[in-house]
Amino acid sequence: MSFTRPRQEGNAGSRRDGADRENGADGANGRSTEELTERTGLMSRGAAQRDGHAGGNGRVDREKLKRGAAEVPISVVGWLDERAGMSPTLRAMLYRKVPKGTNWFYTLGSATMFAFVSQAVTGIFLAMYYDPSPVKAYESIGYITNEAFAGELVRGMHRWGSSVMVILVFMHMARTFFFGAYKYPRELNWLIGVVLLVLTLAMGFTGYLLPFDQRSYWATVVGVNIQTSAPFIGPYVADFLRAGPDFTATTLPRFYSLHMLLIPGLIGGLIGAHLYLVMRHGTTAPPWLRAEKKPELAREEI
Amino acid sequence: MADTSTKKRSPYAGDRGLPGAYDGETVTRRRLFEVGSMAAGGVAGAAIGLPVLGFALGPILTDQTPGDWKDVGPEEDFTPDTYVPKVMSVAAGIGEAGKTTIYVRKFNPRIDNALGPKDTQKVTPYIVITTRCAHLGCPVRFVQASQRFICPCHGGVYDGLGQVISGPPVRPLDRFYTRVERGRVLVGDRFSLDSQLNRFPNVRDPSQHLDGLWKYVYPGRPTT
Repeated sequence: MSFTRPRQEGNAGSRRDGADRENGADGANGRSTEELTERTGLMSRGAAQRDGHAGGNGRVDREKLKRGAAEVPISVVGWLDERAGMSPTLRAMLYRKVPKGTNWFYTLGSATMFAFVSQAVTGIFLAMYYDPSPVKAYESIGYITNEAFAGELVRGMHRWGSSVMVILVFMHMARTFFFGAYKYPRELNWLIGVVLLVLTLAMGFTGYLLPFDQRSYWATVVGVNIQTSAPFIGPYVADFLRAGPDFTATTLPRFYSLHMLLIPGLIGGLIGAHLYLVMRHGTTAPPWLRAEKKPELAREEI
Repeated sequence: MADTSTKKRSPYAGDRGLPGAYDGETVTRRRLFEVGSMAAGGVAGAAIGLPVLGFALGPILTDQTPGDWKDVGPEEDFTPDTYVPKVMSVAAGIGEAGKTTIYVRKFNPRIDNALGPKDTQKVTPYIVITTRCAHLGCPVRFVQASQRFICPCHGGVYDGLGQVISGPPVRPLDRFYTRVERGRVLVGDRFSLDSQLNRFPNVRDPSQHLDGLWKYVYPGRPTT
Protein backbone atom coordinates (compact mmCIF):
# COMPACT_ATOMS: atom_id res chain seq x y z
CA MET A 1 0.00 0.00 0.00
CA SER A 2 1.74 3.09 -1.14
CA PHE A 3 0.15 5.71 1.07
CA THR A 4 0.67 3.83 4.31
CA ARG A 5 4.39 3.74 3.68
CA PRO A 6 4.89 6.98 1.81
CA ARG A 7 8.67 7.06 1.70
CA GLN A 8 9.59 3.70 0.28
CA GLU A 9 6.51 2.85 -1.65
CA GLY A 10 6.16 6.32 -3.12
CA ASN A 11 9.51 5.96 -4.87
CA ALA A 12 8.88 2.40 -5.86
CA GLY A 13 5.51 3.40 -7.25
CA SER A 14 6.91 6.10 -9.50
CA ARG A 15 9.65 3.79 -10.72
CA ARG A 16 7.09 1.14 -11.45
CA ASP A 17 4.95 3.60 -13.34
CA GLY A 18 7.92 4.50 -15.48
CA ALA A 19 8.67 0.85 -16.15
CA ASP A 20 5.08 0.18 -17.09
CA ARG A 21 5.10 2.99 -19.56
CA GLU A 22 8.27 1.69 -21.19
CA ASN A 23 7.57 -2.00 -21.27
CA GLY A 24 3.84 -1.86 -21.77
CA ALA A 25 1.88 -4.66 -20.18
CA ASP A 26 4.94 -6.88 -19.69
CA GLY A 27 6.26 -5.03 -16.66
CA ALA A 28 2.99 -5.31 -14.76
CA ASN A 29 2.44 -8.90 -15.82
CA GLY A 30 5.94 -9.98 -14.85
CA ARG A 31 5.49 -8.44 -11.43
CA SER A 32 2.14 -9.97 -10.71
CA THR A 33 3.21 -13.48 -11.78
CA GLU A 34 6.16 -13.13 -9.47
CA GLU A 35 3.81 -12.22 -6.64
CA LEU A 36 1.52 -15.04 -7.59
CA THR A 37 4.25 -17.67 -7.40
CA GLU A 38 5.37 -16.22 -4.11
CA ARG A 39 1.85 -16.40 -2.76
CA THR A 40 1.17 -19.92 -4.03
CA GLY A 41 4.49 -20.91 -2.56
CA LEU A 42 3.32 -19.51 0.73
CA MET A 43 0.08 -21.38 0.43
CA SER A 44 1.73 -24.70 -0.27
CA ARG A 45 4.09 -24.06 2.61
CA GLY A 46 1.05 -23.34 4.73
CA ALA A 47 -0.44 -26.64 3.66
CA ALA A 48 2.83 -28.33 4.42
CA GLN A 49 2.79 -26.67 7.81
CA ARG A 50 -0.67 -28.04 8.50
CA ASP A 51 0.42 -31.49 7.43
CA GLY A 52 3.72 -31.26 9.20
CA HIS A 53 2.18 -30.03 12.42
CA ALA A 54 2.13 -33.52 13.87
CA GLY A 55 5.72 -33.95 12.74
CA GLY A 56 6.79 -31.10 15.04
CA ASN A 57 8.48 -29.04 12.25
CA GLY A 58 5.89 -26.20 12.23
CA ARG A 59 7.74 -23.35 13.98
CA VAL A 60 9.76 -21.88 11.13
CA ASP A 61 6.93 -22.23 8.64
CA ARG A 62 4.54 -20.45 10.95
CA GLU A 63 6.87 -17.44 11.12
CA LYS A 64 7.01 -17.31 7.34
CA LEU A 65 3.28 -17.69 7.12
CA LYS A 66 2.80 -14.76 9.49
CA ARG A 67 5.02 -12.57 7.38
CA GLY A 68 3.21 -13.68 4.25
CA ALA A 69 -0.15 -12.93 5.80
CA ALA A 70 1.04 -9.45 6.77
CA GLU A 71 1.85 -8.82 3.11
CA VAL A 72 -1.63 -9.73 1.88
CA PRO A 73 -3.46 -6.47 2.67
CA ILE A 74 -0.54 -4.51 1.25
CA SER A 75 -0.58 -6.43 -1.98
CA VAL A 76 -4.38 -6.13 -2.23
CA VAL A 77 -4.25 -2.36 -1.83
CA GLY A 78 -1.30 -2.28 -4.19
CA TRP A 79 -3.36 -4.12 -6.76
CA LEU A 80 -6.19 -1.61 -6.35
CA ASP A 81 -3.90 1.40 -6.45
CA GLU A 82 -2.16 0.20 -9.58
CA ARG A 83 -5.55 0.33 -11.32
CA ALA A 84 -7.31 3.26 -9.62
CA GLY A 85 -4.28 5.51 -9.07
CA MET A 86 -5.84 7.14 -6.01
CA SER A 87 -2.77 7.20 -3.80
CA PRO A 88 -1.44 10.67 -4.79
CA THR A 89 -4.89 12.15 -4.09
CA LEU A 90 -5.28 10.27 -0.84
CA ARG A 91 -1.76 11.13 0.26
CA ALA A 92 -2.37 14.83 -0.43
CA MET A 93 -5.62 14.56 1.51
CA LEU A 94 -4.43 12.60 4.54
CA TYR A 95 -0.86 13.86 4.90
CA ARG A 96 -1.46 17.55 4.32
CA LYS A 97 0.23 20.02 6.60
CA VAL A 98 -1.72 21.74 9.34
CA PRO A 99 -0.69 24.98 11.01
CA LYS A 100 0.84 25.21 14.48
CA GLY A 101 -1.67 25.54 17.27
CA THR A 102 -4.24 23.25 15.70
CA ASN A 103 -6.45 22.09 18.56
CA TRP A 104 -9.64 20.28 19.45
CA PHE A 105 -11.82 23.08 18.06
CA TYR A 106 -10.69 22.01 14.61
CA THR A 107 -12.53 18.70 14.99
CA LEU A 108 -15.98 20.33 15.06
CA GLY A 109 -16.28 20.12 11.27
CA SER A 110 -15.56 16.40 11.15
CA ALA A 111 -17.82 15.92 14.17
CA THR A 112 -20.62 17.57 12.19
CA MET A 113 -19.91 15.32 9.24
CA PHE A 114 -19.97 12.30 11.51
CA ALA A 115 -23.36 13.45 12.82
CA PHE A 116 -24.59 13.67 9.22
CA VAL A 117 -23.30 10.19 8.41
CA SER A 118 -24.96 8.85 11.55
CA GLN A 119 -28.24 10.51 10.57
CA ALA A 120 -27.96 9.07 7.07
CA VAL A 121 -27.29 5.54 8.27
CA THR A 122 -30.00 5.49 10.95
CA GLY A 123 -32.39 7.19 8.51
CA ILE A 124 -31.83 4.50 5.89
CA PHE A 125 -32.74 1.82 8.40
CA LEU A 126 -35.75 3.72 9.74
CA ALA A 127 -37.02 4.01 6.16
CA MET A 128 -37.29 0.21 6.08
CA TYR A 129 -40.17 0.34 8.56
CA TYR A 130 -41.60 3.83 8.11
CA ASP A 131 -44.74 4.29 6.00
CA PRO A 132 -45.22 7.85 4.78
CA SER A 133 -48.97 7.62 4.19
CA PRO A 134 -51.03 9.91 6.44
CA VAL A 135 -53.14 7.08 7.89
CA LYS A 136 -50.23 4.68 8.49
CA ALA A 137 -47.38 7.00 9.48
CA TYR A 138 -48.20 7.25 13.18
CA GLU A 139 -48.81 3.51 13.41
CA SER A 140 -45.52 2.67 11.71
CA ILE A 141 -43.64 4.96 14.10
CA GLY A 142 -45.34 3.12 16.94
CA TYR A 143 -44.18 -0.16 15.46
CA ILE A 144 -40.59 1.09 15.16
CA THR A 145 -40.56 2.40 18.73
CA ASN A 146 -42.34 -0.42 20.51
CA GLU A 147 -41.96 -3.61 18.50
CA ALA A 148 -39.11 -3.60 16.00
CA PHE A 149 -35.88 -5.02 17.44
CA ALA A 150 -33.67 -2.12 18.60
CA GLY A 151 -36.13 0.19 16.87
CA GLU A 152 -36.31 2.47 19.88
CA LEU A 153 -32.53 2.77 19.87
CA VAL A 154 -32.23 3.52 16.16
CA ARG A 155 -35.10 5.99 16.23
CA GLY A 156 -33.64 7.59 19.35
CA MET A 157 -30.27 7.97 17.65
CA HIS A 158 -31.94 9.64 14.69
CA ARG A 159 -34.17 11.84 16.80
CA TRP A 160 -31.50 13.04 19.24
CA GLY A 161 -28.80 13.00 16.59
CA SER A 162 -30.69 15.65 14.68
CA SER A 163 -30.37 18.04 17.60
CA VAL A 164 -26.72 17.09 18.02
CA MET A 165 -26.08 17.85 14.37
CA VAL A 166 -27.71 21.28 14.60
CA ILE A 167 -25.69 22.11 17.71
CA LEU A 168 -22.45 20.92 16.09
CA VAL A 169 -23.15 22.94 12.95
CA PHE A 170 -23.52 26.08 15.04
CA MET A 171 -20.39 25.33 17.07
CA HIS A 172 -18.45 24.71 13.86
CA MET A 173 -19.73 28.00 12.48
CA ALA A 174 -18.79 29.82 15.69
CA ARG A 175 -15.28 28.35 15.55
CA THR A 176 -14.91 29.50 11.94
CA PHE A 177 -16.18 32.96 12.83
CA PHE A 178 -14.11 33.56 15.94
CA PHE A 179 -10.93 32.16 14.38
CA GLY A 180 -11.42 34.39 11.34
CA ALA A 181 -11.32 31.33 9.11
CA TYR A 182 -13.98 32.80 6.78
CA LYS A 183 -11.59 35.42 5.39
CA TYR A 184 -9.90 35.47 1.99
CA PRO A 185 -9.50 33.03 0.27
CA ARG A 186 -12.07 30.97 2.18
CA GLU A 187 -15.21 33.10 1.64
CA LEU A 188 -16.68 30.60 -0.80
CA ASN A 189 -16.42 27.88 1.80
CA TRP A 190 -18.24 30.11 4.30
CA LEU A 191 -21.03 30.58 1.75
CA ILE A 192 -21.30 26.85 1.14
CA GLY A 193 -21.36 26.39 4.90
CA VAL A 194 -24.27 28.81 5.23
CA VAL A 195 -26.22 26.86 2.62
CA LEU A 196 -25.41 23.66 4.54
CA LEU A 197 -26.68 25.29 7.74
CA VAL A 198 -29.97 26.19 6.07
CA LEU A 199 -30.28 22.69 4.61
CA THR A 200 -29.59 21.15 8.03
CA LEU A 201 -32.38 23.23 9.55
CA ALA A 202 -34.62 22.23 6.62
CA MET A 203 -33.86 18.61 7.49
CA GLY A 204 -35.00 19.26 11.03
CA PHE A 205 -38.16 20.97 9.81
CA THR A 206 -39.17 18.29 7.30
CA GLY A 207 -38.27 15.47 9.67
CA TYR A 208 -40.39 16.87 12.48
CA LEU A 209 -43.62 16.15 10.59
CA LEU A 210 -42.88 12.48 9.94
CA PRO A 211 -44.10 10.97 13.28
CA PHE A 212 -47.42 12.59 12.33
CA ASP A 213 -48.77 13.07 15.83
CA GLN A 214 -50.62 16.15 17.05
CA ARG A 215 -47.44 17.95 17.97
CA SER A 216 -45.70 17.41 14.64
CA TYR A 217 -48.86 18.21 12.67
CA TRP A 218 -49.44 21.55 14.37
CA ALA A 219 -45.76 22.41 14.47
CA THR A 220 -45.67 21.94 10.71
CA VAL A 221 -48.83 23.97 10.16
CA VAL A 222 -47.32 26.81 12.16
CA GLY A 223 -43.87 26.38 10.59
CA VAL A 224 -45.21 26.53 7.04
CA ASN A 225 -47.31 29.57 7.96
CA ILE A 226 -44.22 31.32 9.27
CA GLN A 227 -42.69 30.81 5.85
CA THR A 228 -45.73 32.34 4.14
CA SER A 229 -44.96 35.61 5.87
CA ALA A 230 -41.87 36.13 3.69
CA PRO A 231 -42.71 38.99 1.33
CA PHE A 232 -43.56 38.14 -2.30
CA ILE A 233 -42.24 34.57 -2.38
CA GLY A 234 -43.71 33.39 0.92
CA PRO A 235 -47.10 32.28 -0.46
CA TYR A 236 -45.43 30.24 -3.21
CA VAL A 237 -42.93 28.59 -0.88
CA ALA A 238 -45.79 27.52 1.36
CA ASP A 239 -47.81 26.16 -1.56
CA PHE A 240 -44.78 24.19 -2.70
CA LEU A 241 -44.26 22.69 0.76
CA ARG A 242 -47.90 21.79 1.38
CA ALA A 243 -48.63 20.83 -2.24
CA GLY A 244 -51.47 23.35 -2.25
CA PRO A 245 -53.19 25.96 -0.12
CA ASP A 246 -54.06 23.46 2.60
CA PHE A 247 -52.36 20.65 4.43
CA THR A 248 -53.60 17.58 2.52
CA ALA A 249 -52.85 13.89 2.04
CA THR A 250 -49.97 14.72 -0.32
CA THR A 251 -48.15 16.92 2.17
CA LEU A 252 -46.66 14.13 4.25
CA PRO A 253 -45.16 12.12 1.33
CA ARG A 254 -43.80 15.39 -0.01
CA PHE A 255 -42.05 16.15 3.25
CA TYR A 256 -40.77 12.58 3.36
CA SER A 257 -39.30 12.85 -0.13
CA LEU A 258 -37.67 16.19 0.68
CA HIS A 259 -36.38 14.80 3.96
CA MET A 260 -34.79 11.63 2.69
CA LEU A 261 -33.93 12.27 -0.95
CA LEU A 262 -33.69 15.87 -2.06
CA ILE A 263 -32.13 17.61 0.94
CA PRO A 264 -29.67 14.82 1.93
CA GLY A 265 -28.52 14.65 -1.70
CA LEU A 266 -27.85 18.38 -1.72
CA ILE A 267 -26.10 18.18 1.65
CA GLY A 268 -23.90 15.29 0.47
CA GLY A 269 -22.85 17.13 -2.67
CA LEU A 270 -22.15 20.35 -0.81
CA ILE A 271 -20.13 18.53 1.86
CA GLY A 272 -17.96 17.25 -0.99
CA ALA A 273 -17.42 20.79 -2.25
CA HIS A 274 -16.84 22.02 1.32
CA LEU A 275 -14.15 19.38 1.93
CA TYR A 276 -12.51 20.00 -1.41
CA LEU A 277 -12.11 23.66 -0.52
CA VAL A 278 -10.70 22.73 2.90
CA MET A 279 -8.11 20.52 1.13
CA ARG A 280 -7.34 23.26 -1.33
CA HIS A 281 -6.85 26.09 1.17
CA GLY A 282 -5.78 24.17 4.25
CA THR A 283 -6.85 25.24 7.72
CA THR A 284 -6.05 28.52 9.41
CA ALA A 285 -3.87 28.97 12.45
CA PRO A 286 -5.68 30.01 15.62
CA PRO A 287 -5.85 33.80 16.03
CA TRP A 288 -3.63 33.87 19.12
CA LEU A 289 -0.63 32.69 17.11
CA ARG A 290 1.46 35.41 15.45
CA ALA A 291 3.62 34.69 12.44
CA GLU A 292 7.27 34.43 13.42
CA LYS A 293 9.18 37.29 11.90
CA LYS A 294 12.76 37.10 10.79
CA PRO A 295 14.86 39.31 13.11
CA GLU A 296 16.25 41.42 10.27
CA LEU A 297 12.74 42.21 9.05
CA ALA A 298 11.65 43.13 12.55
CA ARG A 299 14.54 45.57 12.82
CA GLU A 300 13.58 47.17 9.52
CA GLU A 301 10.04 47.68 10.70
CA ILE A 302 11.23 49.63 13.74
CA MET B 1 -9.22 36.96 -30.53
CA ALA B 2 -6.93 39.82 -29.65
CA ASP B 3 -7.02 41.44 -33.05
CA THR B 4 -10.79 41.72 -33.38
CA SER B 5 -10.79 45.39 -32.39
CA THR B 6 -9.18 46.71 -35.58
CA LYS B 7 -9.44 43.99 -38.22
CA LYS B 8 -12.66 42.41 -39.31
CA ARG B 9 -12.57 38.73 -38.36
CA SER B 10 -12.38 36.40 -41.32
CA PRO B 11 -15.41 34.12 -41.54
CA TYR B 12 -13.17 31.19 -42.51
CA ALA B 13 -11.74 29.03 -39.78
CA GLY B 14 -8.53 28.43 -41.72
CA ASP B 15 -7.72 32.14 -41.84
CA ARG B 16 -7.91 32.43 -38.07
CA GLY B 17 -5.18 29.82 -37.63
CA LEU B 18 -7.43 27.34 -35.82
CA PRO B 19 -5.98 23.83 -35.64
CA GLY B 20 -7.60 21.22 -37.83
CA ALA B 21 -9.34 23.75 -40.08
CA TYR B 22 -10.11 22.86 -43.68
CA ASP B 23 -10.24 25.35 -46.55
CA GLY B 24 -13.52 27.12 -46.94
CA GLU B 25 -14.78 26.12 -43.50
CA THR B 26 -16.49 28.71 -41.35
CA VAL B 27 -16.88 26.36 -38.37
CA THR B 28 -14.28 23.72 -37.52
CA ARG B 29 -15.45 20.17 -36.95
CA ARG B 30 -14.25 20.38 -33.37
CA ARG B 31 -16.31 23.51 -32.70
CA LEU B 32 -19.36 22.00 -34.38
CA PHE B 33 -19.15 18.89 -32.24
CA GLU B 34 -18.56 20.92 -29.09
CA VAL B 35 -21.67 23.00 -29.67
CA GLY B 36 -23.61 19.99 -30.88
CA SER B 37 -22.84 17.81 -27.88
CA MET B 38 -23.60 20.65 -25.48
CA ALA B 39 -26.91 21.27 -27.22
CA ALA B 40 -27.75 17.56 -27.09
CA GLY B 41 -26.88 17.49 -23.39
CA GLY B 42 -28.99 20.57 -22.80
CA VAL B 43 -31.98 19.07 -24.59
CA ALA B 44 -31.63 15.82 -22.62
CA GLY B 45 -31.27 17.71 -19.34
CA ALA B 46 -34.32 19.85 -20.09
CA ALA B 47 -36.32 16.79 -21.11
CA ILE B 48 -35.77 15.35 -17.64
CA GLY B 49 -35.61 18.53 -15.60
CA LEU B 50 -38.62 20.48 -16.84
CA PRO B 51 -41.27 17.79 -16.27
CA VAL B 52 -39.86 17.01 -12.83
CA LEU B 53 -39.77 20.68 -11.90
CA GLY B 54 -43.31 21.15 -13.16
CA PHE B 55 -44.39 18.09 -11.19
CA ALA B 56 -42.93 19.46 -7.97
CA LEU B 57 -44.08 23.05 -8.48
CA GLY B 58 -47.47 22.16 -9.97
CA PRO B 59 -49.42 22.71 -6.74
CA ILE B 60 -48.52 26.40 -6.89
CA LEU B 61 -50.01 26.77 -10.34
CA THR B 62 -53.08 24.56 -10.22
CA ASP B 63 -56.37 25.29 -8.49
CA GLN B 64 -56.54 23.09 -5.39
CA THR B 65 -59.69 24.45 -3.74
CA PRO B 66 -62.15 21.61 -3.11
CA GLY B 67 -65.05 23.56 -4.64
CA ASP B 68 -67.75 21.34 -3.15
CA TRP B 69 -70.50 22.10 -0.63
CA LYS B 70 -70.76 20.24 2.65
CA ASP B 71 -73.96 19.81 4.62
CA VAL B 72 -73.52 20.92 8.23
CA GLY B 73 -77.10 20.50 9.44
CA PRO B 74 -80.62 21.88 9.25
CA GLU B 75 -81.37 25.58 9.56
CA GLU B 76 -83.04 25.07 12.95
CA ASP B 77 -79.66 24.17 14.49
CA PHE B 78 -78.37 27.72 14.25
CA THR B 79 -79.41 31.09 15.71
CA PRO B 80 -78.33 34.65 14.89
CA ASP B 81 -77.07 35.24 18.41
CA THR B 82 -74.39 32.68 19.15
CA TYR B 83 -72.00 30.31 17.44
CA VAL B 84 -72.50 26.55 17.18
CA PRO B 85 -69.38 24.46 16.66
CA LYS B 86 -69.47 21.85 13.87
CA VAL B 87 -66.79 19.45 12.66
CA MET B 88 -66.24 19.46 8.92
CA SER B 89 -63.85 17.54 6.69
CA VAL B 90 -61.62 19.85 4.64
CA ALA B 91 -58.93 17.47 3.35
CA ALA B 92 -59.70 13.91 2.33
CA GLY B 93 -57.44 10.95 3.01
CA ILE B 94 -55.54 12.09 6.09
CA GLY B 95 -57.94 10.96 8.78
CA GLU B 96 -58.50 13.18 11.79
CA ALA B 97 -55.94 15.70 10.59
CA GLY B 98 -58.19 16.50 7.61
CA LYS B 99 -61.08 17.60 9.81
CA THR B 100 -61.56 21.05 11.20
CA THR B 101 -63.99 22.73 13.57
CA ILE B 102 -66.08 25.61 12.22
CA TYR B 103 -68.33 28.03 14.09
CA VAL B 104 -71.75 28.63 12.53
CA ARG B 105 -74.45 31.21 13.21
CA LYS B 106 -77.27 32.74 11.19
CA PHE B 107 -76.67 36.10 9.50
CA ASN B 108 -77.59 38.87 11.99
CA PRO B 109 -78.54 42.12 10.18
CA ARG B 110 -78.08 44.10 13.38
CA ILE B 111 -74.32 43.44 13.62
CA ASP B 112 -73.35 42.03 10.23
CA ASN B 113 -74.48 44.97 8.05
CA ALA B 114 -72.22 47.53 9.69
CA LEU B 115 -69.09 46.48 7.83
CA GLY B 116 -68.19 44.76 4.59
CA PRO B 117 -69.77 44.79 1.14
CA LYS B 118 -73.53 45.01 0.47
CA ASP B 119 -73.87 41.42 -0.72
CA THR B 120 -72.58 39.88 2.50
CA GLN B 121 -75.96 38.41 3.35
CA LYS B 122 -76.32 37.00 -0.16
CA VAL B 123 -73.04 35.06 -0.19
CA THR B 124 -73.06 34.19 3.49
CA PRO B 125 -76.65 33.72 4.72
CA TYR B 126 -74.96 31.87 7.56
CA ILE B 127 -71.77 33.26 9.01
CA VAL B 128 -69.25 30.41 9.21
CA ILE B 129 -65.95 31.27 10.87
CA THR B 130 -62.85 29.15 10.64
CA THR B 131 -60.88 28.04 13.68
CA ARG B 132 -57.62 28.68 11.87
CA CYS B 133 -55.92 31.61 13.60
CA ALA B 134 -54.85 34.41 11.25
CA HIS B 135 -51.51 34.60 12.99
CA LEU B 136 -49.88 31.22 12.31
CA GLY B 137 -52.78 28.81 11.88
CA CYS B 138 -53.29 27.37 15.34
CA PRO B 139 -56.87 26.36 16.21
CA VAL B 140 -58.86 29.11 17.95
CA ARG B 141 -61.71 28.40 20.37
CA PHE B 142 -64.91 30.40 20.88
CA VAL B 143 -65.42 31.29 24.53
CA GLN B 144 -69.15 31.74 25.20
CA ALA B 145 -68.73 33.71 28.43
CA SER B 146 -66.70 36.50 26.83
CA GLN B 147 -68.00 36.06 23.25
CA ARG B 148 -64.41 35.98 22.03
CA PHE B 149 -62.32 33.71 19.81
CA ILE B 150 -59.08 32.96 21.64
CA CYS B 151 -55.96 31.32 20.25
CA PRO B 152 -53.91 29.19 22.66
CA CYS B 153 -50.57 29.50 20.86
CA HIS B 154 -49.64 33.18 20.97
CA GLY B 155 -52.62 34.85 22.60
CA GLY B 156 -54.57 36.18 19.63
CA VAL B 157 -58.08 37.41 20.57
CA TYR B 158 -60.95 38.10 18.14
CA ASP B 159 -64.42 39.51 18.77
CA GLY B 160 -67.73 37.94 17.77
CA LEU B 161 -67.29 39.05 14.15
CA GLY B 162 -63.83 37.52 14.00
CA GLN B 163 -62.07 40.89 14.05
CA VAL B 164 -58.78 41.20 15.89
CA ILE B 165 -59.00 42.71 19.35
CA SER B 166 -55.62 41.83 20.70
CA GLY B 167 -52.48 39.83 20.07
CA PRO B 168 -50.38 39.17 16.98
CA PRO B 169 -52.97 38.24 14.28
CA VAL B 170 -52.85 40.53 11.25
CA ARG B 171 -56.40 40.21 9.91
CA PRO B 172 -59.84 38.85 10.87
CA LEU B 173 -60.56 35.14 10.97
CA ASP B 174 -61.33 33.61 7.58
CA ARG B 175 -64.92 32.68 6.73
CA PHE B 176 -66.65 30.21 4.44
CA TYR B 177 -69.17 30.77 1.66
CA THR B 178 -72.57 29.37 2.66
CA ARG B 179 -75.93 28.73 1.09
CA VAL B 180 -79.24 27.19 2.08
CA GLU B 181 -80.80 24.36 0.15
CA ARG B 182 -84.07 22.62 1.14
CA GLY B 183 -83.68 23.79 4.70
CA ARG B 184 -80.08 22.55 5.05
CA VAL B 185 -77.04 24.78 5.55
CA LEU B 186 -74.27 24.09 3.04
CA VAL B 187 -70.68 25.27 3.54
CA GLY B 188 -68.39 25.92 0.58
CA ASP B 189 -64.88 27.29 0.12
CA ARG B 190 -62.98 29.38 2.61
CA PHE B 191 -62.15 33.03 1.87
CA SER B 192 -60.11 35.72 3.59
CA LEU B 193 -61.12 39.23 4.66
CA ASP B 194 -59.34 42.48 5.34
CA SER B 195 -59.88 44.45 8.52
CA GLN B 196 -63.02 46.11 7.06
CA LEU B 197 -64.45 42.64 6.33
CA ASN B 198 -64.07 43.06 2.57
CA ARG B 199 -63.88 39.64 0.94
CA PHE B 200 -60.86 38.50 -0.98
CA PRO B 201 -61.79 36.13 -3.79
CA ASN B 202 -59.39 33.43 -2.62
CA VAL B 203 -58.03 32.10 0.61
CA ARG B 204 -54.77 33.55 1.90
CA ASP B 205 -52.39 31.94 4.33
CA PRO B 206 -52.28 33.06 7.94
CA SER B 207 -49.81 35.81 8.79
CA GLN B 208 -50.43 37.63 5.48
CA HIS B 209 -51.73 41.19 5.87
CA LEU B 210 -54.46 42.18 3.43
CA ASP B 211 -54.90 45.90 4.17
CA GLY B 212 -53.55 48.69 1.99
CA LEU B 213 -50.29 47.94 0.19
CA TRP B 214 -49.77 44.72 2.13
CA LYS B 215 -51.96 42.82 -0.29
CA TYR B 216 -49.33 43.40 -3.00
CA VAL B 217 -46.53 42.17 -0.72
CA TYR B 218 -48.41 38.87 -0.39
CA PRO B 219 -49.74 38.10 -3.85
CA GLY B 220 -52.66 35.69 -4.26
CA ARG B 221 -52.47 32.44 -6.14
CA PRO B 222 -52.42 32.75 -9.93
CA THR B 223 -55.36 30.38 -10.29
CA THR B 224 -57.97 32.16 -8.24
